[in-house]
Amino acid sequence: MSLTHYLVLATILFTIGATTVLLRRNAIIVFMGVELMLNATNLLLVTFSRIHGALTGQVLAFFVMVVAAAEVVVGLGIIVAIFRTRRSASVDDVNLLKS
Amino acid sequence: MHTLTTLAATLPAHLRADTIAPATETVQAGVFLVGPLLIGLPLLSAAVLLLLGRRADRWGHWLGVLASAGAFVAGAAAFLALLGRPADARVVVVDLGTWLDAGQFQVDAAFRLDPLSLTFVLLVTFVGTLIHVYSVAYMEHDDSRRRFFAYLNLFVAAMLLLVLGDSYLLLFVGWEGVGLASYLLIGFWNHRTPYAVAAKKAFVANRVGDIGLIVAMGIMVAQFGALDFDTVLGGASELSEGTATAMGLMLLLAACGKSAQFPLQSWLGDAMAGPTPVSALIHAATMVTAGVYLIVRSGAVFDAAPTAQLVVVIVGAITLLFGAIVGCAKDDIKKALAASTMSQIGYMVLAAGLGPVGYAFAIFHLVTHGFFKAGMFLGAGSVMHAMDDQVDMRRFGGLARYMVVTWLTFGAGWLAILGIPPFSGFFSKDKIIEAAFVPVDGQPWRAWVFGTVALLGAGITAFYMSRLFFMTFEGQRRWSERSDGSAQHPHEAPRLMTWPMIILAVGSVGLGGFLALGGRFVTWLEPVTGHVEHEEPVLPAWVLIALTLAVVVLGLVLAWRRYAVSQVPVVPPLGTALTRAARVDLYQDSVNDALLVEPGQHLTRSLVFADRAVVDGTVTGVGRATVGLGDLARRVQTGYVRSYAATTVIGLVVLVVAVLVTQS
Amino acid sequence: MSAVLGHALSAAPLGMTALDGGEAGTGEAVLFWVLGPIMVLAALGLLFARKAVHAAMSVVVVMISLAFLYVAQDAVFLGVVQVVVYTGAVMMLFLFVLMLVGVDASDSLVETIRGQRWIGVLAGVGLGVVLAGVVGRATYGPAQGLDAANEASNPVAIAHVVFGEYVLAFEVVGALLVTAALGALVYTHRTRLVPRVGQKERADARVAAGAHPVSLPAPGVYARHNAMDVPALGPDGRPIDDSVPRVLRVRGQEADAAEFAARTERVQAGRLAGTRFASSDPATGDGPTPPPAADPDGARVNVPDLDAAVSDSGQHGPSTGPRGVAGQEDQA
Repeated sequence: MSLTHYLVLATILFTIGATTVLLRRNAIIVFMGVELMLNATNLLLVTFSRIHGALTGQVLAFFVMVVAAAEVVVGLGIIVAIFRTRRSASVDDVNLLKS
Repeated sequence: MHTLTTLAATLPAHLRADTIAPATETVQAGVFLVGPLLIGLPLLSAAVLLLLGRRADRWGHWLGVLASAGAFVAGAAAFLALLGRPADARVVVVDLGTWLDAGQFQVDAAFRLDPLSLTFVLLVTFVGTLIHVYSVAYMEHDDSRRRFFAYLNLFVAAMLLLVLGDSYLLLFVGWEGVGLASYLLIGFWNHRTPYAVAAKKAFVANRVGDIGLIVAMGIMVAQFGALDFDTVLGGASELSEGTATAMGLMLLLAACGKSAQFPLQSWLGDAMAGPTPVSALIHAATMVTAGVYLIVRSGAVFDAAPTAQLVVVIVGAITLLFGAIVGCAKDDIKKALAASTMSQIGYMVLAAGLGPVGYAFAIFHLVTHGFFKAGMFLGAGSVMHAMDDQVDMRRFGGLARYMVVTWLTFGAGWLAILGIPPFSGFFSKDKIIEAAFVPVDGQPWRAWVFGTVALLGAGITAFYMSRLFFMTFEGQRRWSERSDGSAQHPHEAPRLMTWPMIILAVGSVGLGGFLALGGRFVTWLEPVTGHVEHEEPVLPAWVLIALTLAVVVLGLVLAWRRYAVSQVPVVPPLGTALTRAARVDLYQDSVNDALLVEPGQHLTRSLVFADRAVVDGTVTGVGRATVGLGDLARRVQTGYVRSYAATTVIGLVVLVVAVLVTQS
Repeated sequence: MSAVLGHALSAAPLGMTALDGGEAGTGEAVLFWVLGPIMVLAALGLLFARKAVHAAMSVVVVMISLAFLYVAQDAVFLGVVQVVVYTGAVMMLFLFVLMLVGVDASDSLVETIRGQRWIGVLAGVGLGVVLAGVVGRATYGPAQGLDAANEASNPVAIAHVVFGEYVLAFEVVGALLVTAALGALVYTHRTRLVPRVGQKERADARVAAGAHPVSLPAPGVYARHNAMDVPALGPDGRPIDDSVPRVLRVRGQEADAAEFAARTERVQAGRLAGTRFASSDPATGDGPTPPPAADPDGARVNVPDLDAAVSDSGQHGPSTGPRGVAGQEDQA
């Protein structure tokens, strides 16, 4: 089994995550799609770390996790705040940027 | 005057070649400086009256009269001064210095005092002053009398500038000023829409003529590089015939516009919308004669262009008959007089077109006509004054007993225009008919055709003027009720109105004979028109006189039988086809509408459409396209986060594909 | 599963060593081929799950599986962190917020933006194809393996890198976390714009509004049947509308209190007379002697007297209470 399989798996996960972001309306699910994309990236990083024999990739993945955690905290805070004012968790309802 | 003198003295003297008059003298001082003064007086008065406004209401009209009278006195002084000179020194140019200086092209503020211009000055100021006096009473009940006198003064000033200017450009300024004053006066009661429309019509018709004058001036500048009379007229004989013909035809167009000659005659009838003194002053005695003045003044040009001369004669002949026919059918006393004016000016133009042989007679008839037609217009105003502004002659009749002065003065004018000896019209009109019969080398038909037309015109004139006179003063009463329902009480006009009429009647009676005596008027004009040896017409003179008298008497008797002896119906009968056509001015307005107005409107509409569709379309199209593109671009901005995310992903895909494609 | 896990945990380094580099061993392959489809299916569950909770659970599955893969790839530390941080903290936070926000129409899979579904599908597929193209076309050197780097165990090696080369980034990330926590606090903070309303305030407001301070009187004190529809009479003898249940009042099934008031008055009058003249016939109870309790206004009834009359009536006739009253009335 080649390590490329990991890469392909990561690609598939990333694509599914991106598609989730494009297709789902629930802000929380969209957010989970983003998380999935980050995880797929982490898998890539870990795999490349192994391919290159350096730990930098793992460290980078670690930082990604930490930043993702921070992002989740802020992102969910935003979702809750929006839900409080608009009584909706749909990303389509947050379209005030329209002309 | 002293300032003027010193000013003029500092200017260089211009030496001018002269081929028409025996000598042209350029002066900067002396009695002839009254020339500019003549113009300044009424102009100043008009400015004062207009600028002071209501404050001048109480005395403004008298200031107007004074200005006009002052101009007459000054004109008379200049006339006497000129008369005191030998005949070959009677052309004086007063040069006040350079007016326009544009490179090679230069126009002086110069005024020409010669027998022709002084004749006009005297006519304009004398008749004008009388009409001013008349207007004081006629316009007494009008709130805007001061404004009326301001316009009258403006008109007099413009007319004097027209005849005194020593260049076509200066003439043109007066020409336009006259048109402006005419517009203001025709539309004096512009709160009534038809009057305002009539004023506009006159203005537009005049502008058409102005095009001719402008083009003519353009040709002059191109040919001579100058516009003063001496240069242009002196060089006219050296022009090629084509250029001279073009210039002549353009001048004729200008004359047609101003003098209401065919085909630009249509405004004159409507111009009767103005107050009657205006009709008398502008549309009978002075302004409409400006065209004749222009032709006579430009005689040298026409002499060099026989074709243009022929066209002038034809235009005169057509207008002569046209006006006469229209005059036979009009029931409106003022419009009948207007048609008569048109016809009489046709005589003058015809005479002017005959060349040097007719110039003097054209001016002669112009002067006598100025007197008797002004007198008749004032008489008409007096009748209207008495009959509660009624103008329909079918509602007059038998007024002679009630308005003796008007009847007598009007009668003098009537006999004068008929050409009954010894009234003035006889001397002038008969000379024109005689001149029309003078044979032209190589074109024997001309004498017969134009002579016959002139003769026929005299007969028709006799008919319609007698019709007018009899319908108004003789026959039975056909009076309508006054506008307030009471019965008519015709009464003689106040003295301020009758005296001018009497003076003009005296002129109608005696002026012709006085001026014709020994051919003194023709001689007086010779410095301008040149000396012409008497030529024999195709028929002996006495035969022509007899024939003329015969047709005149015939017309008079016909009119007597139809309008004095028999009953005149109050409601106009249907009449023959010719009568019906004549009532609507021989369809001149319809023809104008069909030939000019409607195509013009169509052209304008299509131009407006083209402007909107093409020009505006391009301009607004660019804007619309921008807006449309923006609209399209706006669609992208849905406000939906997911759309933006989709854009991002698509962009990513495109970028990666691009990288893949370029890297491989 | 635990066996596989254990194998992976223990065998992976060994496998690496055995294969001399980064090549995956058989155990790892098995692990991959078991977990890979599960992960893809779970990811698709995120994409297609109708309920958000199901989607969240799918993601949890993906993340735990990822942790296994990390461990299999010599990233033991990351595997643990993945479980602790992602599965344990992040996804639980997600679930918590899901519970907080609740389930609404936005969970629906019906597309509302025109064309978005097609655009999304196309973009997703295009992305997949393109990324697959990149991965497929790239050339990788021979896998190095992490044996050398992980010589002093993976966490120690990572610690060396993190606190050595990336210490500044580590500190910055720490600051970022603190900031994010503060930010979340600020986001969810609500400023109190009106005074707090507690039980005391509510009670005060009710009394101030004029509400009945105590329980309402029971209906139908004197009635012929179940008496729910007959209003109670107040101390002044007037019927109290509020005593009848609101439902009956709204439906118009309320009995006319005045009618009953008149009857009770008569009964009371008779009973009082009977009490006074013990031998008198009930038929003549409404005899010539007017009832002493009857006031001129005729509506006023002494409640204690009425009570006495009822008790009397109970003692008196063969039929109890209301029946007796009714029977007397019928005779009258």
